[in-house]
Amino acid sequence: MSLDYIISVVKPMLQGAQMTVLLFFIAIIVSIPLGFLLTLAAKSSFKPLAWLAQTYIYVVRGTPLLLQLLIICFGLPMLPVVGPYLVFDRFVAACIGFIINYAAYFAEIFRGGLLGIDKGQYEAAQVLGLNKWQTMTRIILPQMFRIALPAVANESVTLIKDTALLYAVAVPELLHYAQAAVNRDFTIMPFFLAALIYLIMTVIMSLIFQQLEKRLRFE
Amino acid sequence: MAFIKITNLKKSYKKLDVLKKISFAVEKNDVLAIIGPSGSGKSTLLRSLVRLEDVDGGSMLIDGGYLVKDGMYSKPADLKNITSKMGMVFQHFNLFPNLTVKENLELAPKLVKKESRKQIAAKSTELLEKVNLLPWSNSYPANLSGGQKQRVAIARALMMDPEILLFDEPTSALDPELTQEVLQVMKQLANERMTMIVVTHEMGFARDVANRVMFLDNGAFVEAGTPEEIFDHPKNERTKAFIAGYGQ
Ligand SMILES: Nc1ncnc2c1ncn2[C@@H]1O[C@H](COP(=O)(O)OP(=O)(O)O)[C@@H](O)[C@H]1O
Ligand SMILES: [Mg+2]
Repeated sequence: MSLDYIISVVKPMLQGAQMTVLLFFIAIIVSIPLGFLLTLAAKSSFKPLAWLAQTYIYVVRGTPLLLQLLIICFGLPMLPVVGPYLVFDRFVAACIGFIINYAAYFAEIFRGGLLGIDKGQYEAAQVLGLNKWQTMTRIILPQMFRIALPAVANESVTLIKDTALLYAVAVPELLHYAQAAVNRDFTIMPFFLAALIYLIMTVIMSLIFQQLEKRLRFE
Repeated sequence: MAFIKITNLKKSYKKLDVLKKISFAVEKNDVLAIIGPSGSGKSTLLRSLVRLEDVDGGSMLIDGGYLVKDGMYSKPADLKNITSKMGMVFQHFNLFPNLTVKENLELAPKLVKKESRKQIAAKSTELLEKVNLLPWSNSYPANLSGGQKQRVAIARALMMDPEILLFDEPTSALDPELTQEVLQVMKQLANERMTMIVVTHEMGFARDVANRVMFLDNGAFVEAGTPEEIFDHPKNERTKAFIAGYGQ
């Protein structure tokens, strides 16, 4: 297997990987804050809102991401009346799908993080005269993120791997080019190269989170 | 006029009456020790004062302002003003683990008080010195012993210049060899004429430091008096039995 061949296969794959990385960042940047808002909504004392958020989290986590992507990319446009307005660029549609899905997972993670915070923290803050907002931003959120960090790291690694689902909705990404090369050249090599690229991305991600965890040890 | 005057305070959880029409007063510079068996309502009483619990009836008059009058709470601005006169030290310290010792002290004053950064920094240095923890300023609570944590908690409460400090079993979560360093700080505060209400099982401390002791049992004060009266000449049978249990 010549180096030239490897380069010729890897080049389009790396281009495809740009899609992967782009999707990853869009999904992470939007779904983490959205997930947190969902957590707050699910805990809201305004019952209809809490119910809505809980149902959302329940439904999204209880159904396959692939199915959700297929619905958004191919299903929504078939709806009567509104369908024609729901035709998105495939990549945009995929981003929406990932955000919807991952927000629910992050919401669940943050909910767990909030449960891990002792109620004495709220009480001490109240007695010291902090208002709700100050308590949330200065005391609760930093601790919640700290508790949630390992799970967030896990979820982020999963997200990188889940981007391979773009293949199923025909957005050309890493896996798409690997598959094309396998079919064309009848060799398994491109798959291994794809695996290696995914591995590099997930390892980098894990290292970043390890550093973050070290910095936020509060020790 | 008494600094704190409590009349007929009532509190229940569902059918359980936790505070049964409690009345008492605290004068400025008092060190009031509240003793009593577990579950008698000591924590609930302290927590009601700083509004961590809402009461169901009675009045609490604090420094001339009603926190609650005949079961009716004052308006939010007044509540805030009244509760800001009280500091609280908890059994489990409740330090903020995401902040260093110094940050624990300075957070609330920075957010709540109208003092300059410089004033706040000077005060935190002074208080950390007072509780003997200045070298630990930049440590996180996770790296402190229980006794050190509780001393930080006391300093943190003092940062807000409270008129009165409430202690809820401040040494109960500590290893026995660490209780003295905390009691020592409290003793020093008492010597400086700090007004304090201390819920405690440290009978030696109550006897030496408090000027008044009240015995709470089953949601009601059974007996109150000077340390000598309560510890040496208790009148009530239940008080006698409780004190005897501590093998004085
Ligand atoms: N949130 C609560 N819900 C129901 N019962 C409570 C609650 N908090 C305290 N209690 C009950 O109130 C009584 C008094 O509790 P507490 O004030 O903590 O007693 P102490 O501090 O003297 O041990 C106990 O019987 C306790 O079980
Ligand atoms: Mg208690």
